[in-house]
Amino acid sequence: MQAELNPRAGLHADIRAAVRELCGTFGGAYWQEVEAAGGYPEAFVAALTGAGWLTALIPEAYGGGGLTLEEASVILEEINRSGANSGACHAQMYTMGTLLRHGTEAQKQRWLPPLARGELRLQSFAVTEPTAGTDTTRIRTVAQREGDRYLISGQKVWTSRLPHTDLLLLLARTTPLEAVRKRGEGLSVFLLELPPAAEREAAGMSARPIRNMVNHETSEVFFERFAVPAENLIGTEGQGLRCILDGMNAERILIAAECIGDGFWFLERARRYACERVVFERPIGQNQGVQFPIARAYANLLAADLMRYDAAARFDAGQSAGAAANTAKLLAADASWECANVCLQTHGGFGFAAEYDIERKFRETRLYQVAPISTNLILAYLAEHVLGLPRSY
Amino acid sequence: MKILVCLKQVPAKDAPLKLNQAATWIREDVSFETNEPDAFALEAALRLKEAHGGEVVALTLGPARAAQVLREALAKGADRAIHLDAGEAAAGAPPLDAFAIAEAVSRAIAGESYDLILTGLQSDDAGYGQTGVILAELLGAPHATIIMQVEPAGERRIKVKRELESGNFQFVEMPTPAVLTIQSGINKLRYATLMGIKQAKNKPLARMTLEEIGASAGLNRQLVHRLFVPSKSKGTTLISGSAKEQAAALVAHLRNDAHVI
Ligand SMILES: Cc1cc2nc3c(=O)[nH]c(=O)nc-3n(C[C@H](O)[C@H](O)[C@H](O)COP(=O)(O)OP(=O)(O)OC[C@H]3O[C@@H](n4cnc5c(N)ncnc54)[C@H](O)[C@@H]3O)c2cc1C
Repeated sequence: MQAELNPRAGLHADIRAAVRELCGTFGGAYWQEVEAAGGYPEAFVAALTGAGWLTALIPEAYGGGGLTLEEASVILEEINRSGANSGACHAQMYTMGTLLRHGTEAQKQRWLPPLARGELRLQSFAVTEPTAGTDTTRIRTVAQREGDRYLISGQKVWTSRLPHTDLLLLLARTTPLEAVRKRGEGLSVFLLELPPAAEREAAGMSARPIRNMVNHETSEVFFERFAVPAENLIGTEGQGLRCILDGMNAERILIAAECIGDGFWFLERARRYACERVVFERPIGQNQGVQFPIARAYANLLAADLMRYDAAARFDAGQSAGAAANTAKLLAADASWECANVCLQTHGGFGFAAEYDIERKFRETRLYQVAPISTNLILAYLAEHVLGLPRSY
Repeated sequence: MKILVCLKQVPAKDAPLKLNQAATWIREDVSFETNEPDAFALEAALRLKEAHGGEVVALTLGPARAAQVLREALAKGADRAIHLDAGEAAAGAPPLDAFAIAEAVSRAIAGESYDLILTGLQSDDAGYGQTGVILAELLGAPHATIIMQVEPAGERRIKVKRELESGNFQFVEMPTPAVLTIQSGINKLRYATLMGIKQAKNKPLARMTLEEIGASAGLNRQLVHRLFVPSKSKGTTLISGSAKEQAAALVAHLRNDAHVI
């Protein structure tokens, strides 16, 4: 028997050990309480922030950790592996990539150091809209230039962690769809400094929480001539979609790592329970009907993990990583879902009991089939951009 | 204050207990972690250094994997570390006992003058609770065990709080250099931060082999013949009789068999 299921547990062992130790102090009971209260894991996020984990990707020059994407992905993997949920805070890691790559030096100096010190949080990202769906070019939120500011009007949906962020990255149309040559043009990215909750309504912003299957504190947000100083435009006006797409590879790889962490968590639980639970006077894991699905899920998880390291290595080497990052996200999300399913099945009725944490993790990992990008859209990407098949959408 | 903290890597608390073939020790294929009371000893040392200045040196004796506890200690703020590399033990070879470990440590630090040496109260694996005490004897230093608090008390003196039975405490003043064995749970452990981990890479981590200091299991004073994993036994007793008889029988069971009241 192998004590450690992850053959790469020795890779970045120091990061793993430190993140595990921190997460270990927030056990299943903590997450159950947060869930039951419908609350936000504030203490957990504060601890991660305090230890510098969430700003690992900010360069050292701005006070961040200056880690590679591979190292950063290990942080999220270990968070999820510990039974916790990176979803509460992962966006902090990848949203700031847009600022980092496309912000001016002045913008970076203004926001990155306080983010690195944990004084500010940038963990919301408002792209999705109710009517546009995955077709981002059809978003209807507009930003109209008026003197030295833009006025934002429109509706966003599924804006996660909104009550727990100071800054919000938002995609809006600055040129109407009809007036641009290419659908992807005319969109721009803004960094919104959110006013205190009590002043939001007067400023033209309101939000409504969406009750949903996972605890991401996600909201629909309405803007009505919400003013943003022109200096908060990130990148070139009209080229916002490119700014966002640019960050997608990092996001895909980080999400893949979260899925891998989930997968190991599920398999660890599944194998233990299968060895301990005795029915018909034998451990249930002695039945091939129970052990084979666990073994298969493990094999698939390891394969997906290799793809994740391949994608991360390409990304860190500055090579094009689109195909690898998308493949990694696809395979890892499939693998974590398979692990979740087999873990639940192995636990029988007990898997449904909240105190085992399995049903919570099961719901949480299911999300990655849909968000931040759905599986079909990844397949569409691979079909079109890698295999050269006709564009399907 | 110059403080040495002795840390041991032990099987993780939730690791399944499996014995090696000779049944003399735990198998290597488990996850390992820092012995819990040792982590509190490190924390106590770091707090003393932060409050009063000085240096914290972390030391471990164990195979290559044990260096992980040193890297963690460096990431949390220890200034340097010493790894007494025990190499990979031959299959079935007995682990060093408390005496041999204390002897090895005392040899390794000969020539260095520490004001305080902290160890954990006991290890979560062997559980002898002897290493710190024997080390004090070998060094000719005073010691105190089950320590909950340490503070300086004037020139070359410290005041410590010891935990006694039944919620009682003892306060002792003693001269330094001294050896203290630290109780678990006495303070809030810090996390290693990302910056700490990066800085740790540039801190000195010295390695000495046991041969270099002339230590080996040959120094052991204790011979383990065989270990046993406690066998789990479940039994159901049906208590019959009137309610009064049942209650009396239940109390007798709880008192005499289960020892819970
Ligand atoms: C909990 C949660 C948190 C979220 N957080 C955020 C956030 O913080 N910020 C943000 O901007 N968004 C967020 N989202 C939104 C998420 O990114 C979207 O839900 C996701 O991109 C899918 O968009 P949609 O829901 O509009 O689905 P749709 O686009 O309506 O798609 C519905 C289904 O149809 C399929 N489909 C659509 N078009 C095609 C096609 N051409 N070919 C094949 N299949 C197709 C999709 O794959 C999907 O399965 C969140 C969502 C959830 C559930």
